Amino acid sequence: MASVTAHSPAETQARPEIGTIRDWLAEVPDPEIPVISIVDLGIVRDLAWEDDTLVVTVTPTYSGCPATAVINLAIEEALHARGIGRLRIERSLTPPWTSDWIAAEAREALRAYGIAPPIDGTAADGRLLGRIGRLTGGSNLTVACPRCGSNRTERVSQFGSTPCKASWRCTDCLEPFDYFKCI
Amino acid sequence: MPSLPDVMTRDAAALAASAAAARPAPDDPADEVGREPVHEPTRAALVEFLTRMGDNTLVLGHRLSEWCGHGPALEEDIGVANIALDLIGQTQFWLGLAGEVEGRGRKADDLAFLRDVWEFRNVLLVELPNGDYGHTLMRQFLFDAWHVEALRALAASTEVRVAGIAAKAVKEAHYHLEKSADLVVRLGDGTEESRRRMQAALDVLWPYAGELFLGDAVDAVLAEAGIAPDPASLRAAWDATVRPILAEATLRVPDGTFAHKGGRRGIHTEHLGRMLAEMQFLQRAYPGATW
Repeated sequence: MASVTAHSPAETQARPEIGTIRDWLAEVPDPEIPVISIVDLGIVRDLAWEDDTLVVTVTPTYSGCPATAVINLAIEEALHARGIGRLRIERSLTPPWTSDWIAAEAREALRAYGIAPPIDGTAADGRLLGRIGRLTGGSNLTVACPRCGSNRTERVSQFGSTPCKASWRCTDCLEPFDYFKCI
Repeated sequence: MPSLPDVMTRDAAALAASAAAARPAPDDPADEVGREPVHEPTRAALVEFLTRMGDNTLVLGHRLSEWCGHGPALEEDIGVANIALDLIGQTQFWLGLAGEVEGRGRKADDLAFLRDVWEFRNVLLVELPNGDYGHTLMRQFLFDAWHVEALRALAASTEVRVAGIAAKAVKEAHYHLEKSADLVVRLGDGTEESRRRMQAALDVLWPYAGELFLGDAVDAVLAEAGIAPDPASLRAAWDATVRPILAEATLRVPDGTFAHKGGRRGIHTEHLGRMLAEMQFLQRAYPGATW
């Protein structure tokens, strides 16, 4: 990291517009799912100038998500590279992250990448028990196979390759796939 | 049941005195950032409560992580490791806040790795060895059902930091409960062999569940302040979750109300010390090691 932090913050640092900074962060990929950015994922909660220090407020997806530290590092690298020398990353837990915050375009990117996106608007209040089963286990709302589009799919395991994904398979094309869990 | 742990009960006043003695009052970091000064007995009780929450998730998370690479099926191996990860993540929040409120500069890692067994405040249920997979699942189910109710109540805490952690964690805990309840039913109402193992696990573990609902002076202080619920108040909702699932699993709930207890006051089974010897090995062998 020395090469990055040695970027020597200017005495009077320019303060780029928050919107511009947000655009820069929209180019920082999620380390686990590189087809979507950390902004698309909805984890960058706030950007603000505090004198000439940029405060970036980030919320974790899952409490134990191992990508959190990598994401913070990626944010620092990206902003240092844009000439922002003084920045502080703060963690926010409230309101807790929900998969409902994933941007619409990002959902399509997930699908194209082979990950079925979360069912929109079904998460967030913590009362998942039963509802998830009802939503994914045979009602009119189904998880479509991201490869062939079939709705004839079934859950293999609620816990998949990362905390945010479940393992599913398609009973038509027989391919296994990840489903981005609602939370 | 009067026993050694009762003799050693520390009441909130004693906790407050020790916390006040150990803490240099003027430069309290919590006050520095502009938060309302917390009433001293409440602060001491809050530290104790946060330590209990964090130690429950830490110890259970570590126990579950022992299955990593040894699960009975690939999906189970991944699932149990993911749940361990959630619990360890929640531990960082609880113990991190415990250190912050305590005001002595201790971080979550310090609390996890630099305390000895008598300073741990988890319930005995979570420190019990994994046993067979049915035993692990039954322990998880009994805990998850409590965890969801406790977190749901804590999400309405008057302490906004407590409420924030709980609102985050409860969403993960719902997934945990969904999984453990599902498997308890499938294995309980399964083969003769799986049912026998699940019943054996329930018979052993049921008397350990009672400790989750036993309150003491710490809980009374926090309930009074609206920070945390009286543990006993969670029992009805827990029963309403657990008993129908066990019935569906064709398992018989043991008779009696005896509860093994002591963990929340630092009186543990022999198993926790052994677990910590492994979990804390690096810091014990190479104090202060970082990477």
